[in-house]
Amino acid sequence: MLNLFKFWGGVKPPSHKTESNNKPISVAPMPSHLVVPLHQSIGGTPKPVVKAGDKVLKGQLIGEADGWISAAVHAPTSGTVREVAMHVRPHPSGLDSLCVVIDPDGRDAWIEHAPFDLASAAPADVFAHLQRSGVVGLGGAGFPAHGKLTPAPNVAMDELIINGAECEPYITCDDLLMRERAAEIVRGTALFRDLLQPKKVLIGIEDNKPEAVAAMQAAVTALGENFTVVAVPTRYPAGGAKQLIRVLTGKEVPGSMRSTAEMGVQVFNVATAYTAWRAVAHGEPVISRIVTLTGNVAEPHNVEVLIGTPMDELLKLARPHPDTDGILMGGPMMGFLVPNRQVPVVKTTNCLIAHSERLFPPKAPEMPCIRCGSCAQVCPHELQPFEMYWYARAKNFGKTQEYNIFDCIECGCCSYVCPSRIPLVQYFRFAKSEIWAREREKKAADEAKARFEFKQFREEREKAEKAEKLARAAAAQAAKKAAEAAAAAAEPAAGEAPAADARTAPAAASAADSEKAAKMATIQAAMERAKAQREAAQPRNTGELTPEQQRDLAEIEARRQAAGISEPPAATQEPKAE
Amino acid sequence: MDILTAIAIMALGAVVLGAALGYAAIKFKVEGDPLVEKIEAILPQTQCGQCGYPGCKPYAEAIAKGECDINLCPPGGMEGVQRLADLLGREVKPLEAEEKPKQVAIIDENTCIGCTLCIQACPVDAIVGAAKQMHTIIAQQCTGCELCLPPCPVECIHMAAVGETLDNWKWKYPVVGIKAVPLKDAA
Repeated sequence: MLNLFKFWGGVKPPSHKTESNNKPISVAPMPSHLVVPLHQSIGGTPKPVVKAGDKVLKGQLIGEADGWISAAVHAPTSGTVREVAMHVRPHPSGLDSLCVVIDPDGRDAWIEHAPFDLASAAPADVFAHLQRSGVVGLGGAGFPAHGKLTPAPNVAMDELIINGAECEPYITCDDLLMRERAAEIVRGTALFRDLLQPKKVLIGIEDNKPEAVAAMQAAVTALGENFTVVAVPTRYPAGGAKQLIRVLTGKEVPGSMRSTAEMGVQVFNVATAYTAWRAVAHGEPVISRIVTLTGNVAEPHNVEVLIGTPMDELLKLARPHPDTDGILMGGPMMGFLVPNRQVPVVKTTNCLIAHSERLFPPKAPEMPCIRCGSCAQVCPHELQPFEMYWYARAKNFGKTQEYNIFDCIECGCCSYVCPSRIPLVQYFRFAKSEIWAREREKKAADEAKARFEFKQFREEREKAEKAEKLARAAAAQAAKKAAEAAAAAAEPAAGEAPAADARTAPAAASAADSEKAAKMATIQAAMERAKAQREAAQPRNTGELTPEQQRDLAEIEARRQAAGISEPPAATQEPKAE
Repeated sequence: MDILTAIAIMALGAVVLGAALGYAAIKFKVEGDPLVEKIEAILPQTQCGQCGYPGCKPYAEAIAKGECDINLCPPGGMEGVQRLADLLGREVKPLEAEEKPKQVAIIDENTCIGCTLCIQACPVDAIVGAAKQMHTIIAQQCTGCELCLPPCPVECIHMAAVGETLDNWKWKYPVVGIKAVPLKDAA
């Protein structure tokens, strides 16, 4: 038996899992339309490759991965693309993002797909295949799976952990997946094992899911793998990656570490292993997932749903009670109320909870912090939420960082136990996003400064170059003049001839003269042209005048001269020279 | 005799310490004014000149010399004034001009005649284009300084506020909703 470790803190909220985990997974009927957001994973937003009016087949690529950390998006069924437009995404912001809307044709016809030839493929090909198949972490974060399958260059990979803990109340989708499709999860785990080459593979499942533990154990034995299935004590948030690593290996991952691979550990959700295996063994991209429908409903159960199904249509399958006033996506601890009920199911939608005031009574008003320290006792990252709250509330973000706000995983334990009902996590999220925004601004300012300084440098350089060029030209001119003067001085000295007799001048002098004459002629011609232009531009109204008009003009002019406001006629008659 | 020894010791001490200070002044000379750099780090680097100085650095230098107030930078906003006040130990003053949300310039590409005047005006090289070719703005690099607006002969540039997207969306400050509760009738 494996020696288990403990993580600090945590809470034990009522689990509410038995409502939905006693029925098998059913398949949701085809929805009226599908809204597939292109941005469903962390990283670059996939580029749409279809347009309105296109016919698509089930599993056809509709969004191409943009960059390494990004994953493709596929049509969940066959049909016609209605539009590629902005629609609300299931995100706490309620903002729009680019979505492909598909009207299903009801045939549900697959695009041609074939198993991936694993035997002859290099790891890079497998990564590319997983990326093309849109395999992302289905536990909640949606990190593209292929990005986590490369071992850190100088750290040996000790453990691969498959996360079936599912610690949040109400959610049972991973439980049912493990019960019904254990063999495929184990095969997917073996695929990850082959890529990462860890020393051992651990499958962590909370001990409130004995059926899932048994099913996974049976599958591991049946497939002859040497994975260890571990029942971990039920305690929220045991399913957090860092908590599960702590429980199974005793390793504590520092908050500043970007990837757990640097500690020689990598964690994947069971559903991620399952979809990776489907992508490899059947060539099926991620177009559906299992979602728990629960909460204020008559028939809580799990369904296999196409990505893009509108949530209101989906929740109807569980027959929500009439007093339902919203939909929570995710669990009650970390989930959020979706901005409207028509938002679609995405790859990271694990659970929909029908919200009602009966089930989740509104919190009594927030009271001042009494510094009881309960939050610090439950924080799984051993932070001091009451201190971070204090500084986040005062917008003293530097101090919140000193208290390691970025180690906070927003699990909600502190808010759960707070006797003053302070929404601590909301304060921490606010502080984190403000700090990120500042960092973005600082980066933009630094970039602007660098560009401004380069522009100034460039202008200075151009000015200097111009000045140099002019100086060179002036020097050349001066040298030429000096040479001419020297030649002119040499002429009389050499020949002693009369100056008037130009024909007897030396050849050099005559060449210089002819050059000068040519230049003079050019200047003359230019002046002629300018004069002609000036004359052409003469005001027309003084051209053809009748004798009366001319007389009038002369009179006016005479008066003006008498008053001393005009120059003598001689100057006005002639067009002014330059 | 004693007094001469004392004077000699003091003089020697003065010479030695003076030499040490002189050496340190040359050896550990600080390039540039560190205060100017600190002030500049707070300024938003829009290079817009709204403060009356030709760029953020001259403004920072002027602040460091105490020649001008700390409330002349509208893009920095009240927060910038606050941070400058904290740094310099000066009093917080309300901003001279009104604070604007972050903006970005947009060229109407149908109207643009390709005169390159805006390209020359842009302090951060955020406009691309060539003579008699359409110009366009690199939105990510645009600081919203508005310096390209006056030179445009056909007025084809306008400013647009930067909208909220999923990339720059922020969690809001938690606020407690206050609602009126009907008074209970006295029994």
